[in-house]
This record gives sequence, C-alpha cells and structure tokens, in this order.
Amino acid sequence: MEPSVEVGSGPPSSYATVTSLAPRRYACRFTAAMIEVRNLSKSYRVHKRAPGIAAALRSVLRRRYETVKAVDDLSFQIAEGERVGFLGPNGAGKTTTLKVLAGLLHPTSGDVRVGSYVPHARDSRFLKMITLVMGQKQQLLWDLPPSDTYAMNRAIYDVPRAQADETVRTLTELLEIGDLIGKPARQLSLGERMKCELVAALLHRPRVLFLDEPTIGLDVSMQAKMRDFIRDYNERFGAAVLLTSHYMDDVAALCPRVVVIDRGHLIYDGDLRELVRRVRPDKHVTIRLSKPVDRADLDRLGKVVSADAAQAVLSVPGAQASAVVRDALATLPIVDLTIEEAPLEEVMRELFQARVRAQPATDVPGDTQARA
Amino acid sequence: MSAVNAAPPRPGFATELASAVRAFPTLLRIGVAEVVAYRAEFLVWILTTNMPLVMLALWHAVAADGPVGRFDQAQFTAYYLGVLVVRLATSNWMAWQMSMEIRDGTLSAKLLRPIHPLYAFAADHLSAIPMRILVVSPIVAAMIATSWDRLARHDPSLVVVLLASLVGAWLLTFFSMVILGSVAFYVDSAMGVFELWIGLHGLFSGYLIPLEVLEGWLGGWVGKLAAVLPFRFMLAFPVETLVGLLSPAEALRQLAAQWLYVALTGVLAVRVWRAGVRRFAAFGG
Repeated sequence: MEPSVEVGSGPPSSYATVTSLAPRRYACRFTAAMIEVRNLSKSYRVHKRAPGIAAALRSVLRRRYETVKAVDDLSFQIAEGERVGFLGPNGAGKTTTLKVLAGLLHPTSGDVRVGSYVPHARDSRFLKMITLVMGQKQQLLWDLPPSDTYAMNRAIYDVPRAQADETVRTLTELLEIGDLIGKPARQLSLGERMKCELVAALLHRPRVLFLDEPTIGLDVSMQAKMRDFIRDYNERFGAAVLLTSHYMDDVAALCPRVVVIDRGHLIYDGDLRELVRRVRPDKHVTIRLSKPVDRADLDRLGKVVSADAAQAVLSVPGAQASAVVRDALATLPIVDLTIEEAPLEEVMRELFQARVRAQPATDVPGDTQARA
Repeated sequence: MSAVNAAPPRPGFATELASAVRAFPTLLRIGVAEVVAYRAEFLVWILTTNMPLVMLALWHAVAADGPVGRFDQAQFTAYYLGVLVVRLATSNWMAWQMSMEIRDGTLSAKLLRPIHPLYAFAADHLSAIPMRILVVSPIVAAMIATSWDRLARHDPSLVVVLLASLVGAWLLTFFSMVILGSVAFYVDSAMGVFELWIGLHGLFSGYLIPLEVLEGWLGGWVGKLAAVLPFRFMLAFPVETLVGLLSPAEALRQLAAQWLYVALTGVLAVRVWRAGVRRFAAFGG
C-alpha cells in the first residue's frame, strides 16, 4: 500500500482531515501523537516606513503598522519517534511555527499541543521534554567552556549527576568532542561549537527535538556527522524530530516525511519520495559510453538533458525508466548507467515556482491515494 | 484536542521555587565564573561607581565652614562611604541586560529553560556579590577607621534592621529593574526610560545628595517627594541606618515601608513580565 499524501490548495478544512494526513506507514510505526497543531495562526504587528529622512521624521509623529501573518491556519501532527522535515522558502513561517511549538511565542489563534502540554504555558515539565536548537543562535556560555554550560543545564533540568555524566560522555564520544568541552566556547570553530551546542541541548534527553537549521555553516563531512548523530539519538531515545534545513541533503537523509509550508499555509504533508515523484515524475538516466553514438539514438530513448562523446543524461518518465534502461543496454555501448530522481533542491524550487498548492489534490500526477 | 490527554496539574509555586533553589548554587558558581571571565569589564564598572567619592569631596569642602544640618565633615565621610558600600552591594544592571536580550531575541534561551527567567537573572546578579565584597572590603575598612563610633553597631535591633534593609534594597532594585527592563517588550528602545530613571534615582535615592540635606529644597516639596518615592528605600534608608542617622523606631518604620514597596514592586514586576512575554516576538533568537 502506498502511503497516502496530500497536495492541496490550502490548509485542510477540518481536524479530521489533519489526522488523516499522517501517512498510513507512519500510523503503523508510531502510535501516539506527540505534536498536534490545529488551525495555528500567528501574526506580527510590524512598524513600516518608507526609506529616507522625511519618512523617518514623519514616522515620529505618525507610525504606520502592518499586520504580517507569518503562519495561517496551519495543521499537522507528528507521532512519537517520528522524524519530519519542515520545509518552505524563506519567510514561509517555519521558524515562527517552531517557536510557537517550543513555547516562545503565543499563537494568535489555533491550538497547539506538545505531549499533553500547551507550549506557551511554559510548564517546567514541558520545557524539560523539549529542546530547540537554532543553528544561528547559540546557547553555550560564550566565555566559559561547554562543560560549564553542561553543569548549568544539569542543575536547571534537575538531571541526576550520574545520568548527566553518562549522557555527556556518550554524546561527546558520538560527536568526537571530548577534548573540546574544556575550552572556552568563544575559542571553538563554528562546527565544534555547533556539536557542543547539540550536547547541551540534549543533556536532559528531550523527547521532542525542534531543530532549526542545525547544520548551517558546517562543512559537508560535519553535516554528515550531525545527521548521523541526530538519527542515532532519535533511534536510541525514540524522540520526535522536527527539522528545518535549507540543506536538502539533511532532509533527504533524515526525514521520511516532510511538511511543506509556503507563506504560512500547509501545501504538502506526506512521504518525501512521493513529493519528489509528484513534482518531478521524470528520472535522470546517466549513461557513460565506451564510444560516441548518434544523437538520434539518444533522442529515441527520451529527452536529452546533456550529451557528449563519453556521457549522456536523459530525462525519462519514472514509469518508463526500466524499459528505457533495457532498451539502452541492448542498443548502446554502455560502460556504466545510473538512474536518479531529481535532486531535492530542484524539486523544492519547482514546487514553489509552479504553485502546486493551487492544484486540487486529485489533479496532481501520480498514483497516490488522495484522502478525504 | 481529542488525541491527547489533558496536561497534569501545573507544579505549584513552592515546587518550582524548590527546584530553582536546588539549581541556585550551580547558577551562582557559573555566574561567578562569568564575572571573573569579564574581570576587566567588571573593574571598569567599579570605577564608574565612584561618584559618591566626588560628592564626598564637594560636601567635605562645603562642611569645612560649618555643618550642613546634622552633617559635619565626618558625617559626610561616613555617609558617602556608606553609599558606596550599599550601592555596590545592592545595585544591578538588569534593565539594560533585559532590554538587550528582548531586542536581540537572546531572551529565548532563558525562556526555553525550565527555570523562571527571573530566577536566572537574579542568580546572574547575585553571583557578582563575591567580587563586589572584595571591592567593598577596603571601603569598609576605611569606614571602620574613620566612622567607627557613628556606625549602627551599638543597638542589635539596628543591626538586624540594617541587614533586612540591605536585602530589601536589593529586591526593590531588582524588581524595579524588571519593570524597567520589561518596557522593552512594548517599545523599540527603552533607553530613554532608563536615562530618566537614572536621573530620578540620583536625586531621590540619596546617591548624590543626602536626602536630609535635600529636605528644604523648593519649599520642602523635594523632601516630601523623596520621602514617598521608592528610591530612598533602595539606598538612603540602608545608608542612614548604617551610619546611625536613624533611631531604632524610625528605622523599623522605614523598614516596614521598604518591604511594602518590595511586595508591591514584586507583584507588579511579575505581572508586567508575564504580559510582556506574551508580546515577545523572539526576533532574531
């Protein structure tokens, strides 16, 4: 059974619809809803003025304010132990949603629950079960070694000393930062600091991880380590993970499911591969050739994306990919052949450019089951 | 929401306070480590609090021709050394810190921790006290050397009132700073309000001029105003108790007034804070 997904023209109209958004695969694997968001809206009142000294002086006498709706009627839910990517272009409302979920912001309207808690009530038990890691903000004490931040967190989160020591030992081993936690945070590189940050954020073993660009500014190998670490933590402790990242590799590696928003609206909630298949149903077939071939032989197989004497890249409909491969192997002097889906970056770009959200769910190409 | 259970009852104030008290020793230790890390900045700050010494020099010169009310040269010396001691022990810079953290969003880090941010701010500022004691020690030694007979040491009840007044002054200053700092939840820049506060505090707290000397100004209105505003309870009252300017009965009466202000500002600070946090936009943080 294919997981059910939805690409709709806007947010779901009822809570029943939201509940059904969870693909069946997840409904089997994950039993309890850890995060529930229902019809969440969040608006900001922003002071607005034109550039220039005249406008500045006018604004002294008369201020103009504008209400900006950062999140608009957003609904979704996430099960215990689930890893979900939270995607959208800049200004889509991702960080605002994460801040509401973490209790930093009060919603303008709608209901939000994490565990059994209302986040903005900031019950200490709620704060002990979550963590919010923001890649662009640090929580480490700047002039002190990370070990001091860990000691402070241990006291604040009331973690038994033995458990805290064991957690720090385990996490520092996993992240290979054992020799760094005695250096002042300001003397650490960005990557080192980010890893130390993650240990501080996880010291109390939260059951819900809100990760906002956790790999920003890290090099490729460091990003890969962080991903492994997050997956490992998720599997060890069964923690729910909601991740935003502009690095699609993070999302592809960690999140079987994605929630996509644009301008505060939900536009997709479901399986990541299904999203790719819907938005970019074509696959790329890359053929390495032992000798040059006629262009006509390539055109016959599919749309030629690029071609030279040694290599050709074809774009073919996903359903025809295996037939094209068979044909190519039989007719062309092939050294090597690979089939790939479109890169996630391209998929996301196309998704937002093409305004897939404007299409009814049933109009979206693909063989998935549209939900009621 | 149908799919989740209702949250269990929220822990009471006593439970949360007990939890904060358990964390406090570690918070203080970390705070001291931070103060030590910022030692240069700390010393510069100490140097900026030397205004009472400047005022002492001025009034010393004035009193050379004869006492000003009850204040002769020795009394001015005791008073301004007392101001330095009490100021170093009870002042804090919460409003600036809060304002900055609200504006740049770094308050988020405190809001995410399962300890009330006001406890965390309090720990930050209490942890500066050990370093301040080091700074205050020579001043205390100077006071003992120059004003031993004037100090409130003969009457045990005055000593008790003095200690309680120091705690009250710290709390009153702290809560006032919370209220002032919370202005940043409502306006883009609260610096103007702080400047106004500094001006009023300088005049009405006895920081620049002993309130007793101020009493007759503007037909007595300044003195009357100083008597009812909270500023005197942040500084002048403990200082006057310390240097023996108050009788035990008067000191006790003022202690009651000071703690009434502590209670009022405490309640107001918590309310303003709660209302402010609802407006917190967490921009940048």
